[in-house]
Amino acid sequence: MSARPGGGLTARVVLTVLLAWLVLYPILILVGDAVGGGGSGLTAFATRPAEWRALWASVWISVASVALAAAIGVPLAFLFEWFEFPGRKTLGSLIALPAVLPPFVGVIAFLFLYGESGFVARAVQQIFGLEQSPWRLQGAGGILLVHAYSMYVYFYLFTRAGLAKLDASMLEAAQALGASRWSTLWRVTLPLLRPSLAGAALLVFMTAVGSFSAPYVFGGGFRVMTTQIVASKLNGELRLAEVESVALALVAIAGLVLLRRSEGDDIVTALGKGTAPRRRPIGGAGARAFSTTAGWALAVLLLLPHLTLVLISLVPYGSWTTETLPPVLSGINYQRLFAEPERLRPLVNSLWMAAGSTAGAIALALVAAGLVARGRPSRLRGAIEGLIALPWALPGTVFAIALLTTFSVHSPVTLRWVLAGTTLLLPLAYMVRNVPVTGRALLAGYRQLDPGLEEAAASLGAGRWATFRRVTLPLLTPALAAGGSLAFVAGLGDFVTSIVLYTYDNRPISIEIMASLRVSELGVAAAFGVILMVVSAAVLGLGARR
Amino acid sequence: MSGFVTLDGVRKRWSAKVTVGPLSFGVAQGEILALLGPSGSGKTTVLRLLAGFETSDAGRIGIGGEDVTATPPARRRCGMVFQHYALFPHLDVGENVAFGLAGQGKANAGRIVDALKLVGLEGFERRRVQELSGGQQQRVALARALAPEPRVLLLDEPLSNLDPALRERTRRELRALIKRVGITSIFVTHEQEEAFDLGDRVAVLESGGLEQLGTAEELYERPASLFVATFVGRANVLRGPAARAFGGGEGTGGGGGMKDGEVIVVRPERLAFAAAGVPAVVRERRYTGAAAFFLVETDGGERLEVLAAPDAARVGDRVRLAATSVLRFAEAHA
Repeated sequence: MSARPGGGLTARVVLTVLLAWLVLYPILILVGDAVGGGGSGLTAFATRPAEWRALWASVWISVASVALAAAIGVPLAFLFEWFEFPGRKTLGSLIALPAVLPPFVGVIAFLFLYGESGFVARAVQQIFGLEQSPWRLQGAGGILLVHAYSMYVYFYLFTRAGLAKLDASMLEAAQALGASRWSTLWRVTLPLLRPSLAGAALLVFMTAVGSFSAPYVFGGGFRVMTTQIVASKLNGELRLAEVESVALALVAIAGLVLLRRSEGDDIVTALGKGTAPRRRPIGGAGARAFSTTAGWALAVLLLLPHLTLVLISLVPYGSWTTETLPPVLSGINYQRLFAEPERLRPLVNSLWMAAGSTAGAIALALVAAGLVARGRPSRLRGAIEGLIALPWALPGTVFAIALLTTFSVHSPVTLRWVLAGTTLLLPLAYMVRNVPVTGRALLAGYRQLDPGLEEAAASLGAGRWATFRRVTLPLLTPALAAGGSLAFVAGLGDFVTSIVLYTYDNRPISIEIMASLRVSELGVAAAFGVILMVVSAAVLGLGARR
Repeated sequence: MSGFVTLDGVRKRWSAKVTVGPLSFGVAQGEILALLGPSGSGKTTVLRLLAGFETSDAGRIGIGGEDVTATPPARRRCGMVFQHYALFPHLDVGENVAFGLAGQGKANAGRIVDALKLVGLEGFERRRVQELSGGQQQRVALARALAPEPRVLLLDEPLSNLDPALRERTRRELRALIKRVGITSIFVTHEQEEAFDLGDRVAVLESGGLEQLGTAEELYERPASLFVATFVGRANVLRGPAARAFGGGEGTGGGGGMKDGEVIVVRPERLAFAAAGVPAVVRERRYTGAAAFFLVETDGGERLEVLAAPDAARVGDRVRLAATSVLRFAEAHA
């Protein structure tokens, strides 16, 4: 073993145990409780048709979300990567906008925009002089609309990245061998894109399986497993909620395994990289004008939720009733928000919980990634890597229920303490959920780091700590910023975990938004949404800077 | 073992099949030693053992009379130039050079200037390392390694990342610079020409063992093993009847006829077209200017390389070959 930082066996064992306690142990407790415990939960689950309907809904909604997101994202990626048209660059970055909308805020924006009394419905009602709202955005359709809007970004970004890596000479070779443009697309381009497409499909599937906000707001009587779990928990049927969580976890893991298998090796990178095909200008003035117009229309469509949110946040309480557009606009909602300490409280709560959980997730990831990337292959190393990734494979609701189950029992011998009902459990949950994000970022950062640099520092007289401080840490800064900003934003906007684990004292922004909606304070809800959106965008922007 | 840098029975075991050592040799103060060998021969391991990046399983390593076997790299005071230079990308040239200097600020400014002047890069302090050419990066790496005034300079394939045209010039400059500083240096290379040009002495390694350590001339004229004879310089290897035809009694080994399992090696320039000797036909001729390499096939079917005057023979000529001196070795057993 070489004398490098992170070589110690003790350190590895301690870290593995700590990670296992945080990440794996609650899941084991959950499964144990669900299966054991007299089987009351199991019986209830098996005998109620509603349970099976919800489970099936989770499966098909997720699959449909993948299909829809691909149908929108993949063609867009081709358009922006292969063709040149006025405004391509600006539009290309605008198109990733849905990503800066925290899930719950996005759903709220959709509600204001396309909901029963949203702008679009009001406009249609006005135009056609209808008595009632023309539609109710509810059930599976509403959920899929939101999913398609927020998740096509994954397909768009992954496909573009895949296309950018593509070697133009491969496509030219196919054409030189007599393949037409279509047959080149089917026989060369798409097979080469398979890893990217499978990666995006996996991400969309996992996000959709765990999606809670959209079904919660738009589902109505239509239940998927995540909403079913929360409903059971609120009804006091914790045993049933546990069984439901295990069932949902199994669906997620099955999807993960299936999609991973179809991912294949990244053959594009294996062959080394060439130059990507040059962008072709769209020929013909008509076609060009059409694509430009369509592009801008799309951009407006994508921006509408953000704009809606801002507009609603400026509407004073009770001032907007039947008009198509709100008659009065003012900053009163923001003023009240910052003037009344009780209203500001959720913002403060979310900020400290997001910051604290991010710091914890980064610290864990820094140690773990250092051990994994620098040590020799070993079983412990594999275990650490697996533990880092695990929370990602399970929906947030499942993790929340698992943590709730584990930490509502006082039994120090089995490493369980009562944290449920305290302000600590929610940030702990944020942290555990964020370990995959920070872990993956830092692992990638470490792997890009030339080990020779640390050796060079050592040969110049720097000890372990000095090497870490003067060489490793500065070089890991981009990875830290990227992972940290994603983790912070996830914590800040979280709704899934919060709704299961919050207490009055640590109620986060998303819970406050929900409470405001209940009492019809749309403006306040939207103002919180705007703040969340702006802070998220700023933090993500900071994290992406090099 | 005597010398400024000493290895005494040093051994590093990677796996049941791969072991480096036990190695014992010394390097004199101010000497430049080349570690030469094919890939996998253990030369880089030796360098990393000296630097302290690997710990030996057995044996003792000494630097300047001090036992450093268990000393961590940070306290060995060995300057190292890495194959890919390992310049810190987040620091500029001056900060890279200052990295190993104790203290900060003004006190170091003079030493940074001196180090950069040494490698001909004065005025480059505030340049980003990514902006430099490969040759400049190599020189920054050298300046950085030398700035803290180490006891020993270690170089891992220092020239392998430069293009061939630059390599030869840099080699000469590097040697001149090291000699000017007077620092004991050990470098790794897999190129014989580089080892001969840059090193005062050359250690030839093979399969983790030291085959021979000596000056370039010693290695070429008096190779200690068949491996050294064939790895260092061009060589015709002959066995059996062909060997007997050339080596029968008149070789440098002396002592009469060939024994079973003996091999002879004849350098191309030690074969000559002669009036009497082994009959052969010239198959190819490769002109190099001052001389030409002739590929000659004996009537027995052996193909040999002969270095001679360009007009000594033409392709298709029937010739007779004689060896002016041969080297004899016991057949190596795998």
